[in-house]
Parts: sequence; C-alpha cells; structure tokens
Amino acid sequence: MTGLVASAAPTIHVPHVDYLSILPMLIMLGGAIGLMVVSSLLKRIMDARSGTIVAVTVSAAALVAALVQWDHVATHGPSVTIAGAIAFDGFDVFIQIAVSIAMLLTALVGDGYLRREGIDGPEFHVLAMVSASGAMMMGAANDLIVIFLGLEILSIALYVLAAFNHRRAESGEAALKYFVLGGFSSAVFVYGIALTYGATGTTNLVQIADYLSRNVIVHNGVLLGGLALLLVGFGFKIAAVPFHMWSPDVYEGSPSPVAGFMAAVAKVGAFAALLRVFVTSFPTVRADWQPVIWALACLSLVLGAVVALTQRDVKRMMAYSSINHVGFILLGVEACSARGVSASLYYVFTYLFMVIGTFAVITVVAGRGDTRSSITDYRGLAKRQPLLALSFAVLLLGQAGAPFTTGFLAKLGVIEASVADQGYSLAVIAMLSGAVAAFFYLRLAVTMFSPVGPVGDIPDDEAGTTNGPDAADTYGSGARSAPDDQPASIQVLTDAAPEADVAAHGPVPVPALTKVAIGTCVAFTVVFGVIPGPILNFAHQATLLLLR
Amino acid sequence: MAADFPYLTVLVLVPAIGAAVVAVVPKKGVASWFHEALGVAVTVVTLTVSIAVLVAFKSGVAGYQMVSEHNWATGLGIHWSVGVDGISLFLVVLTGVLFPLTMLGARARRDTRAFVAWVLLLEAACMGSFISLDLILFFLFFELTLVPSYFLIGGWGFARRGYAAIKFFVYTFAGSAFLLVGIVAIAFIHKSQTGVLTFDLPALMHTHLSGTEGVLLFCAFTAAFAVKAPIFPFHTWSPDAYAEAPTAGAILLVGIMAKLGTYGVIRFDLNLFPQASRTLAPVLLTLAVIGIVYGALVACAQRDLKRLLAYSSLAQIGFIALGTFALNSQGLSGGVLQMVNHGLVVATLFILVGWIYERRKTWQIGSLRGLQSPAPVLAGVFTLAMLASIGVPGLNGFVGEFLILLGTFVAHRWWAVAASVGLIVAAIYLLWGFQQVFHGEPTAEDTTTRDLSVNERLIVAPLMVLIVLLGVFPKPVLDRITPSVDRLVIHVDQVTHTPVPADLRNPVVAIRTPGSATSANRATGGSK
Repeated sequence: MTGLVASAAPTIHVPHVDYLSILPMLIMLGGAIGLMVVSSLLKRIMDARSGTIVAVTVSAAALVAALVQWDHVATHGPSVTIAGAIAFDGFDVFIQIAVSIAMLLTALVGDGYLRREGIDGPEFHVLAMVSASGAMMMGAANDLIVIFLGLEILSIALYVLAAFNHRRAESGEAALKYFVLGGFSSAVFVYGIALTYGATGTTNLVQIADYLSRNVIVHNGVLLGGLALLLVGFGFKIAAVPFHMWSPDVYEGSPSPVAGFMAAVAKVGAFAALLRVFVTSFPTVRADWQPVIWALACLSLVLGAVVALTQRDVKRMMAYSSINHVGFILLGVEACSARGVSASLYYVFTYLFMVIGTFAVITVVAGRGDTRSSITDYRGLAKRQPLLALSFAVLLLGQAGAPFTTGFLAKLGVIEASVADQGYSLAVIAMLSGAVAAFFYLRLAVTMFSPVGPVGDIPDDEAGTTNGPDAADTYGSGARSAPDDQPASIQVLTDAAPEADVAAHGPVPVPALTKVAIGTCVAFTVVFGVIPGPILNFAHQATLLLLR
Repeated sequence: MAADFPYLTVLVLVPAIGAAVVAVVPKKGVASWFHEALGVAVTVVTLTVSIAVLVAFKSGVAGYQMVSEHNWATGLGIHWSVGVDGISLFLVVLTGVLFPLTMLGARARRDTRAFVAWVLLLEAACMGSFISLDLILFFLFFELTLVPSYFLIGGWGFARRGYAAIKFFVYTFAGSAFLLVGIVAIAFIHKSQTGVLTFDLPALMHTHLSGTEGVLLFCAFTAAFAVKAPIFPFHTWSPDAYAEAPTAGAILLVGIMAKLGTYGVIRFDLNLFPQASRTLAPVLLTLAVIGIVYGALVACAQRDLKRLLAYSSLAQIGFIALGTFALNSQGLSGGVLQMVNHGLVVATLFILVGWIYERRKTWQIGSLRGLQSPAPVLAGVFTLAMLASIGVPGLNGFVGEFLILLGTFVAHRWWAVAASVGLIVAAIYLLWGFQQVFHGEPTAEDTTTRDLSVNERLIVAPLMVLIVLLGVFPKPVLDRITPSVDRLVIHVDQVTHTPVPADLRNPVVAIRTPGSATSANRATGGSK
C-alpha cells in the first residue's frame, strides 16, 4: 500500500486515473449534468416523469457499476488509486451501492411528489443525483481534502433541495437554517483538516495512519484540536447531539421525500467518512477520541428518544428518531473495531431502507401541498388504506427494533460491537433509549389502527348497559371520559381528530412508483430480517476488504 | 410420523404461517366467521402437533429432546436451535390447549381478521419462546410476543386500553433492554474464554463467571423476567393491562405470557448463573413472599372481578417464584407444575368472567348478585376453578402449591410459613367474591342472566377435565418434569458446591429429617 503511494507521490503532473474506482460517482454526476444540459436545450419544460426515468436509469447504472467494482475488489483486494486520493476497497464499494440504492428509491418517491405538486423540470432529480455523488465521494475518499469536496457537493445540493418547495415558507426557512449552520460546520471542518495537516504533515488518510503508527507525538494538542474540529463537522452532518439543532426544523420544512433522502444519503456519506477517518486513520489515539464519541452517542440516544416523545408532527418526530438512530450507529464507531465498522455499515444500510420507506409514506399521507404530517392526520389510516398503514407499521416496528426485522439485527450488531469492547453501560443506555423510542413508534402505529372519532365509540365492548353506581362510574361514562386522567404524552393516542376534517381526507392516492419504493423498503426490512445472512455477510465482507 | 420429524419447528411455523394467511384473506366478500374458523383450525393443528410432541417425548429422560439446529444468522452467532425438556414440555402443551379455547371462548366483536391474525402470531411467538435453546432466538420470540399483545390490548381492549397497552409495552420493553445486553455480554465472556461466539444455551452453561459478573448478569436477565412474570415490585403494569385487555388478551397474558417470565428464570437464570441464583435466592424468595401476601391483600380490596383475578395472579406467580428459588427438586417441580396449573385455572376464570361481562356488561362485584339460581352451570364451573385456585386437595392447584411449600419449607422454613398466610387470604377473597356474585337474592336483572350455552360448556369442559385430572393423577406429568428438574438442581448444586441431599427426591424422608436437610442448605446458602 505504502509502496503504491510512494511511487505515485513524486510524479505530480497527471496521476494515473483508474476510472473503474470512481465509476459510480462519475455516472451519477455525469447523469446529473447530462440531464441538466439536455433539459435546457429542450424547447418546453421537461416533465417530471422524464426526469424520473433518467434518474432511475442513472442510479441503476451506478448500482451496476458498483457491483462490477465489488467483483473487482473481491478478486483483486483493496487498493488506492488516483494518487492515493481515492480508496478502492470493500468499504468504498459498500457505500457506492448504498447510495445508488438510496438515490433509486428517492427518485421513485420523488416522482409521485413532483407530479402531485405539479412541479415540472428535472431540477429535483439533478440536485439529488449531485448530492448522491457527493456522498459517494465521501465513501471513496482517502484524503481529508477529498472528504471535504464530497461533503460540500453533498451539502450544497441538499441546501437547495431543502428549499425546493418554494410555496411553503417553512421550506425556505429550513433551507436557510441548514445553509447557515451547514456553512459554519464546513468551515470548522476545514479548520480541522488544517490542524490535522499541521500535526501530521499530510491530509492523506493512509499516510496519517502510517505517520501516527511510527511516531509518538509528545505534544499532541494540535492533532487533538484538529480531530475535535473534524468531529464537529461530522457531528453536524450526521446530526448527533449537540450538533443536531438544525435537523427537526429542516426535516419539518423540507419536502418529505427530500427529508427521507437527507436522512439516508447524508448519513451514509457522513458515517462512511467518519468511520474511515476515525477508525482506520486515528486508531492510535483512540483513547482520546473514544470518550467524546461515547458522550455524543449517549446524548444522541437519550435526547433523540426523549424529545421525540413530545413531538406531534410526524416529520419532527422522525427527525428526533433519526437522532436516536445516530446514537446507535455511533455505538459501532465508538467500539473502534472491525466488528463495530461492520455493525455500523449494516445499520446504515438497513436504516436507509426504513427511513426512505417511512418518508415515502409520510409524503403520500401529507397530501397535496405536503402539509398534513401531524399525528392526528394518521388517525384511522388503517381503515382508509389498510395496506399503506400496514407497510408503515412494519417500517416503524423495524425502526423500533422489533424481532424479525432488519432493525433488530442492526441494533443487535452494534450492541454486540459495544459489549465486545466492554461498553456495557452504553449498551444498556442504548437499549433503554430503544424502549422509549419504541413507545413513540407504536403510538403512531396505534393511532393509525385506532378508529376515527372519539375513543370509546365502539359498540358492544364499552357502551353497554351498566347498572350500579360503581359500574357506571368506571365503565359507563368512564369509557368516554377516561382519557382525561392520562398523561399528556398518551393523550395523543386518544385525541379525537375533528371528524369532519378526517372525513374530508378520504383515501390518499398512492402513485404506482411510490408503491414500488415502499414495497421494496418493506420487503427488504422483513425478508432480510428473517433471512439475515446475505446482508450481514455483505457488511462483513466490506469490512474485511477495508483498506488499512 | 418419523422420529426426526421437526415437530418443534412446525409448532412455530404453523401459527406463523396461519397468521400470514389470515392476514391476506380478503375481508370483502368473506364472512367474518371464515377468518375465525381459519384461526381455530390453525390453533387446532398446532394443538395436535403439541400433543404429538407430548406423545413423542420420552419420559424419564432429563436432557433436551427433539433438538433441531440450523444455521441462521451465523455472522452474529445466532442459530435456530430448538428443543424441549420436562420443564418446557407442558408449557408447550398448555400453549397448544389454551389458544384454541381462547379463540372459541373469547371472540372479537369487530375486525375479526386482524384479531385472529394477531392471536396466531402471538401463539407462534409463545411457542418459539418455550422451545428456543439459543438465547437470541429466545429473545426474538420473547420480544415478538409484545407486538401482538400490544395490538390486542390497544385495539380490542376496554376504556383505558391505550394507556394500558403502552404501559405494558414500555415496562416490558425496558426490562428486555437489560436482558439483551446481558445475553450479549455472557456470549462475549464465553467468547473470550473459548474463542467461539455462540448464543447456544448448553454451550454458555459452561461459561466461568466471577461472582460480580454472575450477579450483574443475573440481575440483567431477571429484570426482564421479573417484569414479564410479574414479580413484585415490577408488577405495576399488570393490573392495568389485565383489566383493560380484551378477554382473549387477558387469558393469554396471564395464562401463557406470564409464564414466559417464570420459565425464563428457571431456564436461563438457574442454568447460566447458578452461583448468583443461590446467592440472591433469599432476595427473590422475599420478593416472592411479599408478592404473595401483597397480591392477596390487594385482591381483597378489589370490587372488580377482573382486577381481583389480576392481583390473585400476582400472588400465584409469587408462589411459582417461591418454588423456583427454593432451588430443590420439590420446589422447582412444584413451580413448573404450578405454571401449568395456574395457566389452566386462570384461563377458566377469565373466560367465565368474560362471559359474565358479555351477559351483564359489568365486572363489578357489587352489581352482580345471586347468579347461582339463574346460571347454575356457570356457578358450578366457577366454583371448581376457584377451588382449584385456592388449592383444595383433589384439584390441580393443590399439587403444585403443596410441592412448592414443601420444597421451600425444607430449604427456607420461615419463607414457607409466611407464604402460607397468602393461601389463607386467597381463600378469603375468592370465597368472598364468589359469595357476592353467586349467592344472595338475585335482582330482576340477575334472574334473567343466561346460563352457559352448550357451546360454552363444551369450551370449558376440557379445562375442567384437566383441572381435575391433574389434581387426582399428577404422576405422569411429574414423571416427565422431575428428571429435567433434578438435572437442573444437580447442575446448580455442583456449581455452587452444595452437597446433593440423597433423599430429597422422596418428600416423606425429607420431611422426617428436616433438620439435616435444612441445615445443610442453610449453611451453604448463608456462606455463599
């Protein structure tokens, strides 16, 4: 490995470009640029469906390219290419595959959204693809500068996507918030790179690891400062507490498919870079950064779960729930082991399906204008659209970590990694926060399955004749007044939505492509929860083929 | 059928596939009875398989039988590993028996399809929990029971069902959090000793744990089981959940799912942490006794039949825990037997109370009177189940409670004495409740209360038969339970270096020489 780097370093002119190693990224970015150019040459505005077709084709092509890469890495082993800037290993390819799939699913969901809102033009797909290529670059990067490039490509497109629904004031507000804070965190990140460079004399991750394993830095303040600033940058992108402030507002304000894309792709990219930087480049100073990650994980777990309880907007709730998931994934990072990397990769990969599927349902239920995302809007969904409600319930249960879903195995994986590293306390905190999180997922599920109108309005079971003062007290009138003495968080369950309002909703149309996306996500979550082998092996292999 | 027929795997698959089938049978154009019939058929097939397991089970063999093992998620160290021994055998059969009766005796009034599907899924999960020999597999099924029972309470329950369902779920889920971490922790301690990552119970039994590790892990495991059972003081979710659950939910929660907790203690705590079990036995015994007395006293104060049963169950579970932590053959055998007995008795009582509610729309003891004259059969069946619950000789409750008290008396005399107070109080509140509801001068409304129909009589008949049969002839059951229990007791004694009293198998001898046995147990119990 070092031999490769050394031979590449003196010849500075034009490094040899191994195109296979960046093929999915090129396809994604090329597709985006091509789509933009073609659409600007057309006389009329390109309709949403054409953009979708291109985006789906490009994502599928990127996925195929990534699978070809997988085959290459599996036979030839990991390597660095393009003057050591790109790591061409199993980990990289895993991220390429994950991002391609996320992009594919988002294109499918986005199509329904665009057509419902009457937004023509290819911009949504172009921006999403650009953003995806940024995430791919973060996965492939073997140099802090390249990570920064990827981070910016990912983020700038996302800032615009967040503001995509220009008819909603919240959308603009979300984008501005995201942009200002995001820009700030990027600046911090760059400063972190500078300090790291100052301490180690290189920005190349392999060389940093090499340098740190050969030298003992006596006064390592600069290095630790650099690490801390890098962590702030990453923490912002993955929305770990205390760098999470933007995420509820941004999730709430962004168009729903964008929020799903953000939760999936931005996390995949940022976690890929975080894992590579901290676990493979700085394992020698792990004693210094592990406690920080421990604290971030702990705060994210607790705050994410607890604050989500108080949310009445499903998108905000999902924002906090995703903070909770970030805490879980950080467990794998904190372990700083092959098992931890593998568990984190598995978690990110399976979470991607759950969160995109969840936001696909949210998109559909939100209706025209993308506004109906309060918990009460879900009341009686099972009655109106049983299949949609069932899919949503499965996705929520998956996130809660219910048995025989990928969500459970993901949580088990990171818990195993943490316990293997003696992190018992963090594991217990994580599982307890999971119990709290299960509460709000189930609250939503039960809201869907509970009947429209006031609770207690069920013939036979409750509204029967009662005699005797006690009976009337407890079960007669009690059936209707019972919710009064319940804690506020449970009150939501029994809140009666204004009936006229609910009736006006009627069944929401589910576009065919969105159906495909939701179906894929649900099927993935359940099938690979019951037959876990393939995906577990995939993540395991990716870790084995990790460049070190 | 061939000897290597995978009975146990089928036991899980039949209801699981049944649930999926029921869930996809369309609602439109299909009468709701069709879903019910399908559900009953599936549970009856499962019952048949569980009886086949009972027949194929070799009496007198202590180890796991009908074991089948398959790779499942090897990357995480999980195997599909199932088997039964004398401890789980009758719980499997109990599950097989109670589900069809519940399906018939406590039907849903609306949305039958979903109801049947959830009940079938619950059966699959309960069966899976009782037969799993892999810790994670057990945990999966243990957790899986929560989902259907949550939806059963939340969807078909009574007035405060939302509150009860969430309280139930969060309490048990929080308990399970410790269990999962505990499971993973012991697997990794085992891995550090042997280099193999496995969750297989027989393999993990040989893990060497330091005293502190053992105690901590024991607490982590017991947290989940004590909440599930529930053992005092982790019971606060249970009266709400039992009272607000639909009749079917209540039967299954108390009759079967409560046993998951006590079964978990016997199967996992005692096997994996014998030393810690021995050390902490006095604590658990005390909690059990408090549960018995507290449950009985609070039951006395209830004016609602369902809550009365809920608290009486707390006392009964206390008895099971008491027998378990006597850590000797009689106590444990009694505990295992009492799990089955309590399941049968409490299911009968809850079915009857459900029927009373169907007729009168109330559970209030104060608003029911003199039901005996209009409904003599109902009263008769209730009497029998109530007497069994009190522990009248000749009925099944007596055998279990006697063995438990005997075992406890030999090992920890004063706890047994305190627990027997609970027995007396149980007689008081059950007889008092019975007197209020069935005796006295019926009001006009009471006199028109229907007696049990033929169908209803047929539903309770098997339960009646089993209650009497287990009371007068428990030997075949005990013959199958005892070898496995003895093996477990020997395992605990070996690890904790307690001399095995040679004559403990014979209760008469043990009673005649209480001094020696007691002092031996006391000495070790105290010194460890």
